[in-house]
Amino acid sequence: MTGVDGLLLSILVLPFAGSILAAFLPTAARNAAALLSGAVALAGLILVALLYPAVADGTAVRGEIAWMPSLGLSLVIRLDGLSWLFSTLVLGIGALVVLYARYYMSPEDPVPRFFSFLLAFTGSMLGLVLSGNLVQLAFFWELTSLFSFLLIGYWHHNRAARDSARMALLTTAGGGLCLFAGVLLLGNIVGSYDLDRVLAAGDLIRSSGLYGPALALILIGAFTKSAQFPFHFWLPKAMAAPTPVSAYLHSATMVKAGIFVLIRLWPVLSQTDEWYVLVSSAGLLTLLVGAWAAIFQQDLKGLLAYSTISHLGLITLLLGLGSPLAAVAAIFHVVNHATFKASLFMAAGIIDHETGTRDLRRLSGLYRFMPITATLAMIAAAAMAGVPLLNGFLSKEMFLSESLQRHSGTVIDQALPVLATLASAFAVLYSVRFIHQTFFGPPPTELARTPGEAPRWMRVPIEILVLACLLVGIIPAMTIGPVLSSAVRSVLGDATPSYSLAIWHGFTWPMLMSLAALVLGTIAYLRFGKMLNRTEGAPLLRRFHTRRIFDGALAFTASAARVLERRLGTRRLQPQLRLLLFVAIAAGLLPVMRHGYSLGGMEGTVVDPGFAVIWAVGGACALGAAWRAKYHRLTALVLMGGAGLVSCISFVWLSAPDLALTQLLVETVTTVLLLLGLRWLPQRSAALAPAKGAAFPFRRAVDAAIAVAAGLGLGLLAYAALTRAPPADAVSRFYMERAYPDAGGTNVVNVILVDFRSFDTLGEITVLAIVALTVFALLRRFRPAPESLGLPAQQRLQNAYDDAQSGREVGDTLVDYLMIPRVLMEWLFPFIVALALYLWVRGHDMPGGGFIAGVTMATALILQYMAAGTRSVEARLRVQPVRWIGIGLLLAVLTGAAALIVGRPFLTTYFSYLDLPLFGRVPAASALLFDLGVFVLVVGATALMLIAIAHQSIRKPLSRAGES
Amino acid sequence: MEIVLALGIGVLTASGVWLVLRPRTFQVVLGLSLMSYAVNLFIYTMGRLRVDAPAIVGRDAAPDPAAYADPLPQALVLTAIVISFAMTALLLVVLLVSRGLTGNDHVDGDEP
Repeated sequence: MTGVDGLLLSILVLPFAGSILAAFLPTAARNAAALLSGAVALAGLILVALLYPAVADGTAVRGEIAWMPSLGLSLVIRLDGLSWLFSTLVLGIGALVVLYARYYMSPEDPVPRFFSFLLAFTGSMLGLVLSGNLVQLAFFWELTSLFSFLLIGYWHHNRAARDSARMALLTTAGGGLCLFAGVLLLGNIVGSYDLDRVLAAGDLIRSSGLYGPALALILIGAFTKSAQFPFHFWLPKAMAAPTPVSAYLHSATMVKAGIFVLIRLWPVLSQTDEWYVLVSSAGLLTLLVGAWAAIFQQDLKGLLAYSTISHLGLITLLLGLGSPLAAVAAIFHVVNHATFKASLFMAAGIIDHETGTRDLRRLSGLYRFMPITATLAMIAAAAMAGVPLLNGFLSKEMFLSESLQRHSGTVIDQALPVLATLASAFAVLYSVRFIHQTFFGPPPTELARTPGEAPRWMRVPIEILVLACLLVGIIPAMTIGPVLSSAVRSVLGDATPSYSLAIWHGFTWPMLMSLAALVLGTIAYLRFGKMLNRTEGAPLLRRFHTRRIFDGALAFTASAARVLERRLGTRRLQPQLRLLLFVAIAAGLLPVMRHGYSLGGMEGTVVDPGFAVIWAVGGACALGAAWRAKYHRLTALVLMGGAGLVSCISFVWLSAPDLALTQLLVETVTTVLLLLGLRWLPQRSAALAPAKGAAFPFRRAVDAAIAVAAGLGLGLLAYAALTRAPPADAVSRFYMERAYPDAGGTNVVNVILVDFRSFDTLGEITVLAIVALTVFALLRRFRPAPESLGLPAQQRLQNAYDDAQSGREVGDTLVDYLMIPRVLMEWLFPFIVALALYLWVRGHDMPGGGFIAGVTMATALILQYMAAGTRSVEARLRVQPVRWIGIGLLLAVLTGAAALIVGRPFLTTYFSYLDLPLFGRVPAASALLFDLGVFVLVVGATALMLIAIAHQSIRKPLSRAGES
Repeated sequence: MEIVLALGIGVLTASGVWLVLRPRTFQVVLGLSLMSYAVNLFIYTMGRLRVDAPAIVGRDAAPDPAAYADPLPQALVLTAIVISFAMTALLLVVLLVSRGLTGNDHVDGDEP
């Protein structure tokens, strides 16, 4: 990795690392979180600044980390003039927003969470603009939607915030999916997702048959994200977010993501009729609709939101026009809009903070309370209105002069000068209204408190932004000039037009249009200003509620899904299982139908009569269990144990000693477990059974048919396989040959488990640990049914006997119960433990191993519980199964990780043989240590499950209503 | 032996499937256990049947794989046995909890 690669990567990684760090700060650590976030943003800003010389001439620097090279997917970080400009905006405004948010956020809110989301958003946005790969771009695009969702819903106790967050997520993430599909099409056309290759393939893309669909999908993505009509409805609702978020995401950065993609792909997608019609008409409509709606807003942030929509429309329109000069104006306006709009949002936040309201009708004459904020807001609003000597004027001037150019000769072209002037007049009108209504006039009367200036440092971000508006507006060539030039050059390349950033071009048409807009807007405010306060919603748009359409669509989708689920789905388990089995049987049947059923010619083993007899018993046990399971649970359990035992004997007979041992032990433990569970089940007898419905015999017949089909199918399949010779080159051959030379074990089954496939085993014991913990957790809150709360019948009888006899205390019989087996069981403990250890040690070479040893050990423990009762065992022996589980898992993982120290892959084993006194030559493979981990974990997991169920009988039952 | 084991697998499967389709939770637990016996044996049979040839190799010469039972299905089944035990335990506890919460032992939590 070169130095530039490292710089690029750290720009991207820093915010995410900061986000994770901030998430772990204590809830009250407001200053620490703000400091951290500010430091991250500033550090990023410095890194980006360091890279400026590399991109100043319009070239790009790339850093690449291979991820899935076979699929053409790599993490490509690509910085050029355009992404440099956007990164600087994201980080610079990010740093200012952090400072502002430090004072804006209330100490009662979990502020570190806010900063954590904010940093994660910063990272995602940087990832988006620095993407050198289209798939990566779509990924970070979705991440920005996600963090915008979390930030809008930050005050999640507020229903409106939750609804708005959901709407924003559905709209922008849905658009993101379209964008993803669009870039996949682009990648398909070009044959690569790499941005450089895509940008070099403009002609190929425009001439492709897939150009139309790809363009449409990408535009849907960009329009939803950048709130273009008719997808603009989510943005005003997103104002439910804290104001720093509105300033940052919903005016300066995230809503520009759509614009960014349009600019990024402008060289390859524009210059076609489709592009011109779709993009410029969407932009124009958005420009007008947004500005018109902004005039009629009564909420400060609502006004700013609609104004943002309108400005985004303006930028989109410029991009749609397709001329290089218009593209320059678009890029320029992105920066200008970000600066003045972010500062206006911050000012609105201060007003809200100080007065407790954002309602324009209730605000008035605030100038006398907060002259500095008012002045700053006035300058920013003037920039928004396009007043000369401010940055907004310059880009608006470029826009107006572009509107006069001939682009296509369509209706749009002819109407554009008039509509552009009209939209500018609207902008003047709402800017004047914003300022006049808030800061001038008589002092406000209906406020809850007396407003004042905001804290010193809360105003600093606004001051910096407003200063930027002024500097860019007065000396553009010295401030924004070089940066804008490298951004434009990186997009347009050789097509870069010559443009002038001067503030005075003489009395030109655009100048006159600007003046006309200023005059018209001001007159309109003087004439209609008072009327605006009395209207509710924008005329003409009042009836047209995209928001309502969205809600309707959402409700329709939900109810349609419900209907489908009701019609096609079921919540009952039995039909689901029937369906599942049916599909499984059909899947098994299908190959047989196509290729027929045949037996192989392999000579089988001779049938031993003993084996046949055993299986006659086993089959009878299985059928008996099936028959008795409803009303005679204990019988069925014993019969099932019989069937298990027969399969265990089969394993012994058929050269699978490890399986036989495991099966036998697991069988034992399962039986104990089920016996412990029986107590909590309801009584059931044939005499008490309710009447059966008419469909009952039919259902049983269907089930019986499924059962017979499944049994027949699996039996026939097994037989067909058994009559064929095994493939000679099976994987097992490798395991057989390499077990001793490579792993130092002669028991190949165990070597596979703890050495060749030890990663699988690690996964498996993890599952076991999770299951045990789940069982434990479920039983902690277990509430038995009321009728199983009393003492079991046997204990009641014993106690009644004790009660009736003179000279016996209640409980005496219980103590004497099974005295001799009990003593035996207690004495067996050390022997079983020794046996378990023996099974573990010999596992590598002889039947045995960690699993078997672990279950054996757990059996030793549970025997103690059965013999002496839970309380007396736990008085003597502290078993802490959860610790066993943890230690076992750690041991297994650490043994595996030890290989990393000597530079080998995880879980590589090492072995040698040791000569020990008394024991002789013993294998000392690291696999043995891994197996010890398995052993310890299995003991813990098995014991935890058994003990947790056993404990239910002695604990004070929880009441059903609630816990004590 | 092959035909006997195939028959055994068939009977175990049929009993298991029948029980799994029953409405009472305890029946389902037993059914799943029977099915896991059957499936474990089925997987085991994929290595074919060998008598008196456990996969424990000698130390001296390179072993002839044809002389031993196939260790791979055995390793698979060994883990399957342990996992099916875990599954049975979890299912048992879930049904106990469901019984405590709903007052009955129907698989759906309520009587039809």
